[in-house]
Amino acid sequence: MMETWYALVNHLLPFAWTQHTFMKNALLAVLLVSPLFAIMGTMVVNNRMAFFSDTIGHSALTGIAIGVLLGFQDPLWIMVIFSVLLALAISVLKTLTNASTDTTIGAVSATMVALGIVILSRGGGFNKFSRFLVGDLLSINPDEVLLLAFTLAGVVILWGVMFNKFLLVSVNPSLAHSRGIPVRLIDTLFCITTAVIVTISIQWVGILIINSLLILPAAAARNISRNMRQYHVASLLITFTSGIAGLLMSYYWSTATGATIVLFAALFYLGTLLIKPRFA
Amino acid sequence: MSKVSVIQKTYKESCGLCHTKLKNFGVTIGRTEILRDIDLHIQCGELTALVGPNGAGKTTLLKAILGEIRHTGELSFLDAGDCRRNPVVGYVPQRLDFDPGSPVSVLDLFSACLSSWPVCLGHSRRRRERVSAGLASVQAEHLLDRRLGDLSGGELQRVLLAMALEPNPDLLLLDEPVSGIDVQGKEIFYDLVSNLRRQYDLSIILVSHDWSLVSNYADRIVLLDRTVQRCGTPQEIFSDERILRTYGPAISEDTEQTFLKPRLIPNGGVRA
Repeated sequence: MMETWYALVNHLLPFAWTQHTFMKNALLAVLLVSPLFAIMGTMVVNNRMAFFSDTIGHSALTGIAIGVLLGFQDPLWIMVIFSVLLALAISVLKTLTNASTDTTIGAVSATMVALGIVILSRGGGFNKFSRFLVGDLLSINPDEVLLLAFTLAGVVILWGVMFNKFLLVSVNPSLAHSRGIPVRLIDTLFCITTAVIVTISIQWVGILIINSLLILPAAAARNISRNMRQYHVASLLITFTSGIAGLLMSYYWSTATGATIVLFAALFYLGTLLIKPRFA
Repeated sequence: MSKVSVIQKTYKESCGLCHTKLKNFGVTIGRTEILRDIDLHIQCGELTALVGPNGAGKTTLLKAILGEIRHTGELSFLDAGDCRRNPVVGYVPQRLDFDPGSPVSVLDLFSACLSSWPVCLGHSRRRRERVSAGLASVQAEHLLDRRLGDLSGGELQRVLLAMALEPNPDLLLLDEPVSGIDVQGKEIFYDLVSNLRRQYDLSIILVSHDWSLVSNYADRIVLLDRTVQRCGTPQEIFSDERILRTYGPAISEDTEQTFLKPRLIPNGGVRA
């Protein structure tokens, strides 16, 4: 399957940067991560859950730490399980306590980062985990690309079935409830989906910037759209453009790919902010 | 005339819910008892107004009927043959708390309620027409493509009312639907509501602080303060000295002008 992709890239994009197999893999990864983050991000922003996804990202450190403690070479599945449990815990905390959600989430976030750092830095060996902080998209291998493809397919199917319910809950939970939607269940499902996607993508995008990649395109798209369709089209265009531009520029500048992509997304955000009055 | 009665008849037959019964109904949140010992019997085609001071538990009662808050006691919806069934309940909240910057159009929100086709993929012409027809019933079809955050308070309430009427509800709950809206907007809204009740033969429970409007439009007033203090026609309520004394001059001030106004709904709706 990857052979077809390599041949296609050689045929369509006969440039210097596409000569490397790792760039072809990374390009495919960008093409998969972009729509994934575009459609997730729009809903995260709609739900005012930017801080939640940030916390899930940061808590990945503790997930990695637990994986390492349990002696796993590749801690991905431990990280996913851990972040799902954490998402459930936050969602329960939200309903149990009347305290403002951002205080609760902030407390969880800080604790998880500290715990992760403490465990991982035992014996001074933190450096080998720094790849999780910055992320390394260029190191992605075909199996991992396949995982991304399955994740994207899963999210597209989930959206096809549940999008309207997610949307109604995000607009107003009481209204959604009166339409017979099990609000708490939908809310929890969305939290879990966010947790899984953020955690799966984290080793390629990086803990420090993953949330920006999720939030910035959606925030930019929001500035220039008046309905859900425009919102999604704009968000997709922005993630694709900044994803491909970021990948290319990181190649020429020898910079970290994830961060370069985020910078392009930030440019879009600034640009749309300037033209926002025309769309109001 | 004959046309109207035909319409009434079809809707009358489609409405199987004949009464909503609350028996020994109560709500306790944490250790606070908010409502207790409520016995209410709401007939089809009736507009029941819930009035009472702030904190009397009016909104709580609606939310408990909706199932959003847990309640004690019995809540049953019975149709003509006294069979229990699940009714369609429409709800217009007091104030829709939403993010005004969100790029959700009226069409998006409405369609999301009606079907499971993801609204981010756009709308078919048929759905557009259906939503437009729904909005037309509350004179709001021009709002179809507006962003939710760009609507005025009155416009938003009318859109929410249109949504609550799709699909045809058996029971419509209105929680201070027009608080903070100007007099003209209020009258448009209440005229719509009382027309709907006559057309569709649905039961309406309306929470309101506006005594004069309530007395014009309601068939029955329920005075709620932790429990049902009094229940009767507007005339009965306003002529009760004890209520006037307890619930203050606000009521007595309104009563005089109330009785001068013509009552718009003399027939009390259609009974099945």
